[in-house]
Amino acid sequence: MDVVYLDNNATTRVAPEVVEAMLPYLSEYYGNPSSMHSFGGDVGEKIKAARRQVADLIGATPNEIVFTSCGTESDGTAIRAAIESNPDRKQIITSRVEHPAIKNLYETLSKKGYRVTFVPVDNQGRLDLDYLYKSLGDDTAIVSLMWANNETGVIFPVEEISQEVKDRGIIFHTDAVQAAGKIPIDVNATGIDMLSLSGHKFHAPKGIGVLYIRKGTKFAPYMIGGHQEEGRRGGTENVASIVALGKAAEMARQHLENNGYARVGELRDKLEASLLERISHSMVNGDTQHRLPNTTSIAFEYVEGEAILLMMNEHGICASSGSACTSGSLEPSHVLRAMGVPFTAAHGSIRFSLSRYTTEKEIDFVIEKMPPIIARLRELSPFWKQKTELKAQS
Amino acid sequence: MWEYTDKVKDHFLNPRNVGVIEDADGVGEVGSLACGDALTFYFSLDENGKIADAKFQTFGCASAIASSSALTEMVKGLTLEEAKKITNEDIAEYLGGLPKEKMHCSVMGRDALEKAIACHLGEAEQEVEGEIVCECFGVTDVEIDRVVRENHLSTIEDVTDFVKAGGGCGNCHDRIQEIIDGIRGTVHPKRKKSPALTNLQKIKLIEESIEREINPTLKKDAGRLELVDVDGNRVLVRMGGTCASCVKSPITLKHYVESKLRELVAPEIVVEEVQ
Repeated sequence: MDVVYLDNNATTRVAPEVVEAMLPYLSEYYGNPSSMHSFGGDVGEKIKAARRQVADLIGATPNEIVFTSCGTESDGTAIRAAIESNPDRKQIITSRVEHPAIKNLYETLSKKGYRVTFVPVDNQGRLDLDYLYKSLGDDTAIVSLMWANNETGVIFPVEEISQEVKDRGIIFHTDAVQAAGKIPIDVNATGIDMLSLSGHKFHAPKGIGVLYIRKGTKFAPYMIGGHQEEGRRGGTENVASIVALGKAAEMARQHLENNGYARVGELRDKLEASLLERISHSMVNGDTQHRLPNTTSIAFEYVEGEAILLMMNEHGICASSGSACTSGSLEPSHVLRAMGVPFTAAHGSIRFSLSRYTTEKEIDFVIEKMPPIIARLRELSPFWKQKTELKAQS
Repeated sequence: MWEYTDKVKDHFLNPRNVGVIEDADGVGEVGSLACGDALTFYFSLDENGKIADAKFQTFGCASAIASSSALTEMVKGLTLEEAKKITNEDIAEYLGGLPKEKMHCSVMGRDALEKAIACHLGEAEQEVEGEIVCECFGVTDVEIDRVVRENHLSTIEDVTDFVKAGGGCGNCHDRIQEIIDGIRGTVHPKRKKSPALTNLQKIKLIEESIEREINPTLKKDAGRLELVDVDGNRVLVRMGGTCASCVKSPITLKHYVESKLRELVAPEIVVEEVQ
């Protein structure tokens, strides 16, 4: 059975060109980039090139790029650096829809005496900017907001917000893990001080991330060790993955410059429109005007997400759900709850996320398979019967 | 991904006895849309008082659907007396086991069966029995008590896995622990609460702790800690001796000084270094 992979916000396939670029650094070129001999030094040069490739993707200069192990490490390092370098400031401002990578860190910090302000979103997942700006104060150590939401794809106006925050002398960090490589980013045109990204979300392997640190930003390392990354992150470099990330960043930049995401957006729109048309009582979660081109979160009322996913799995279709049962928790995702998505819909929400490798044939296959899956589960559901009976009476 | 047995997968993908019995002898409804799963269970009796047919409708995940399907198969041919004896464990066992986090699906099946039998016997639908403990999922102390006894549960997480109680906001965790302790006969000593200190007492205690406990230890590495100020629970200190130039000093501070002061003075203490 062929796999139809529409779960690219979870992770992506490693591009074949990326694999090719990294392989020599897992075999013949095994030198340590810090060594004095040119066998190691040549590897150092390759890392330098990768640093430039990543910098070019987000409009930074190479020495503002720090390689880390993942998005979570980048996020945690940024938050901790900001509070360590501002010891007299005890407030952290963020949103209610952040990724667990960062959300759980706030729980730990609030137990340690930090005040974490969670800015609400409206029913479209749009940030309450008024609330945000009113929360800024002399005690604010950092504002950290995701650029794009992993579940709905909704984009926050971080360019505008970062300027406002910077004007008040407060550090601004953005978790751009879902945005990087999917929408154009130019940090120089913004007030962003720190930015996290993760390689495996844009066709590099898992286990490599980046923290961008604007020149002049006060910083304290999380991994204290050797001189690597100019003392900002100790530890021998993950050479092969850094080379891979460089190549993936270059390919993502070219794809963006060639407007490649227009095609991804068209496929997403086709999938979304067709499913909404063919399946009654279904709706899109989130602001469709400001959204990643590859993501759609669709709620199918009166059915449960895990059951939908397992039936899709029978056809080789991979996606994700915001439902409770998928994660082992008992409540639907915090993102959908923060948006006030009704329970009838939240439990049956499915996220489809495409990539540049997604084909129209695959989209057509999903459009064909989804309606009978939802119909079958609705047949099983006692609420669906009630719903249709009520309708018949009225 | 959940590790479902082949039997769970089979009953999910090919559920038995889906539907409604129009002139059912008993109907039991449990769960709700808000909770994420719900089941309506129907049965009809033959002339000998045995269950002739059973049907179900379920909204929920794969294990909820499989548990409902299993239940309808299990009860066919049983007298009501026999059916009453089916426990949630029997349902899970019939399916070759359920993941721990999904045991509440089997409890839902058992509850629906009981309700349907009570409905047939004309037992007035009891209003909520007991007192609501978990507000998020509407679970009472009576239900928690029963599931703890029947399944030999010993932790709050167990209770959440079996009846969902405690799986939302978490405000009821203390009450659930009390119920478990009451049954298990164990008494958890409540954390000794130290009497609130006045500011003056607190500062004095911090000073004493640094001089008597912390500095003697740091001295071994030729380091020294100086108290600069105390602001509420924030303790501002300056590192002296070799500590000042040591790259490990933020680590020393966090891991040693703070935990020591939290232990000796107050658990809310936060230590910060000033230059």
